[in-house]
Amino acid sequence: MSEYFTWLLDNAGQVTALFWAHTKLAVIPLLIGLVLALPLGWASRRIPRLYTPMVGLTGLLYTIPSLALFVALPGIIGTKILDPVNVVVALTLYTVALLVRTVADGLAAVPEDVQAAATAMGYRRFRRLVAVELPIAVPVIAAGLRVAAVSNVSLVSVAALIGVPQLGQLFTSGFQLFYFVPIVWGVVLCLLLAFLLDAVILLVARWLTPWTRAAQA
Amino acid sequence: MIEFKSVTKRYPDGTVAVDALSLTAPTGQITVLVGPSGCGKTTSLRMINRMIELSSGQILIDGTDTAGQDAATLRRGIGYVIQHAGLFPHRTIVDNIATVPMLVGWGRTRARERAYELLERVGLDRRLARRYPAQLSGGQQQRVGVARALAVDPPILLMDEPFSAVDPIVREELQTELMRLQAELDKTIVFVTHDIDEAIRIGDQVAVMRQGGLLAQLAPPAELLAHPHDDFVADFVGRDRGYRALAFSNAQLPALREERTVRLGAALDGDRSGAGDDWLLVVDDAQRPQGWLDLRAGHRDAAADHLELGGTTACRDGSLRSLLDAALSSPAGRGVVIDDTGRLLGTVTAREVLALIEAERERPTSSAGSTEPLEKSTPG
Ligand SMILES: Nc1ncnc2c1ncn2[C@@H]1O[C@H](COP(=O)(O)OP(=O)(O)O)[C@@H](O)[C@H]1O
Ligand SMILES: [Mg+2]
Repeated sequence: MSEYFTWLLDNAGQVTALFWAHTKLAVIPLLIGLVLALPLGWASRRIPRLYTPMVGLTGLLYTIPSLALFVALPGIIGTKILDPVNVVVALTLYTVALLVRTVADGLAAVPEDVQAAATAMGYRRFRRLVAVELPIAVPVIAAGLRVAAVSNVSLVSVAALIGVPQLGQLFTSGFQLFYFVPIVWGVVLCLLLAFLLDAVILLVARWLTPWTRAAQA
Repeated sequence: MIEFKSVTKRYPDGTVAVDALSLTAPTGQITVLVGPSGCGKTTSLRMINRMIELSSGQILIDGTDTAGQDAATLRRGIGYVIQHAGLFPHRTIVDNIATVPMLVGWGRTRARERAYELLERVGLDRRLARRYPAQLSGGQQQRVGVARALAVDPPILLMDEPFSAVDPIVREELQTELMRLQAELDKTIVFVTHDIDEAIRIGDQVAVMRQGGLLAQLAPPAELLAHPHDDFVADFVGRDRGYRALAFSNAQLPALREERTVRLGAALDGDRSGAGDDWLLVVDDAQRPQGWLDLRAGHRDAAADHLELGGTTACRDGSLRSLLDAALSSPAGRGVVIDDTGRLLGTVTAREVLALIEAERERPTSSAGSTEPLEKSTPG
């Protein structure tokens, strides 16, 4: 057991750097993806003809293996193969793929009479979206975001195979050295990160939706 | 005043929801749109604040065509109470009520102040202010819906089946409350319902609509009950409309019989009991009826605790229905009629009231020279 902690202390600097890199690579695409998914989800909700192709297309995107996407992206967007931007772009695509449907479904779940009331009170479209529809869709969107966050954390580690530094490197270097300790730490820290992100999203969502708990009280 | 001028709504799928509707909702009055489900009531209502655009025709508010105005601005000046309240679940009660004031830029403090004021106005406790809609009963939510619609004191109020989702007792409370509010506020109200009783109860005028968005009849409630324009309206207002109509018909009072009375608390001197008349009416010093005394019980005096208190009284200028109710509910079989100050005028028997009702039925009707009787058997 002490071997594990000795190793961690010896490599604290590097592990911390990898942890941060991993966090950034997972979180930045999550945020960009959310920002992109909001208008796309809103559009596919407003224009019913858009919904099926949009959800279908983004769903299809999700089935492309991540490694293939990491490798293919430099050819498509003209980046260097080791550039972390490849990872950010690829994970943004995955996040959008997950969240477009979530946002569309979340907005669709706003009750008809609430939407009608908002219109009748004199809300214009954008303000209605921001002040009424999105807040009510928060629980659904947050649920999708939690899935995307956890999925991003695990997808980032795949990028170790193309040499972008993050926690996944602990796996690859451990395998190369036939040394078990960094692999275990890699797994533990990935789980920890996934758990932390999940907790943060959960807390923010709870903070945004006091009304969902009031209903049961 | 809201004027529909030959308004038609055809939905993209070809459904004609409203067909060449022309009617006027006068300022300061409650106009009720009533009719079976799907007859175009909601569509008509929503065309007023342009939540639904008309296919043809015009809607004028105080003479101005609504078509030329900015829809959102127009809506902020028209209160709307939606079916099932449609409160914003993510906002507290006070913030729900403050919605329109915030939209028109009152600022939070003033908007909330106004919201608290309205909360009381619609009969809700201030302590509910910080709750969320899901924590309120259906009836309370509906009141909040009304408060929200009244927030910037709009001259017009549109109400779409506002009370249909609550139980009958609460519904009646809410109706009474609305009429009380209306007496204070004098809004121009267009009220949609499928419930003819509700329409008759609260409407100053009632527009009966039929499938296809056609106006079957527009009339004050009494007129509608007394002279339905056709079989559809007659059917819709129902079999018991004869009894309902009595609530509106103030016939000539029958000759009242003079009633023997005794002062409250006075001693009885034994010889008052006459053949076939065992009841004596007790009045106070101002000749106001207090109750009936049963002479067979052998009381020595007309003390208050000997009185039979059951029975309603009818006012001289009341309706035939209140006369009939008074006669039927009296232990003596004679309905007590009083004047505006509550003083005894005399009594009537149910038989006399019924004779009056018969006479009323046979009287030629005023509208379009029709001689349709009040009670008409429904076909089938
Ligand atoms: N958006 C719509 N598209 C097509 N038909 C509609 C639409 N909304 C309502 N209708 C139809 O128009 C008619 C009138 O509807 P509505 O005004 O809601 O009636 P009511 O409120 O009297 O029940 C109904 O036949 C209904 O099916
Ligand atoms: Mg309706």
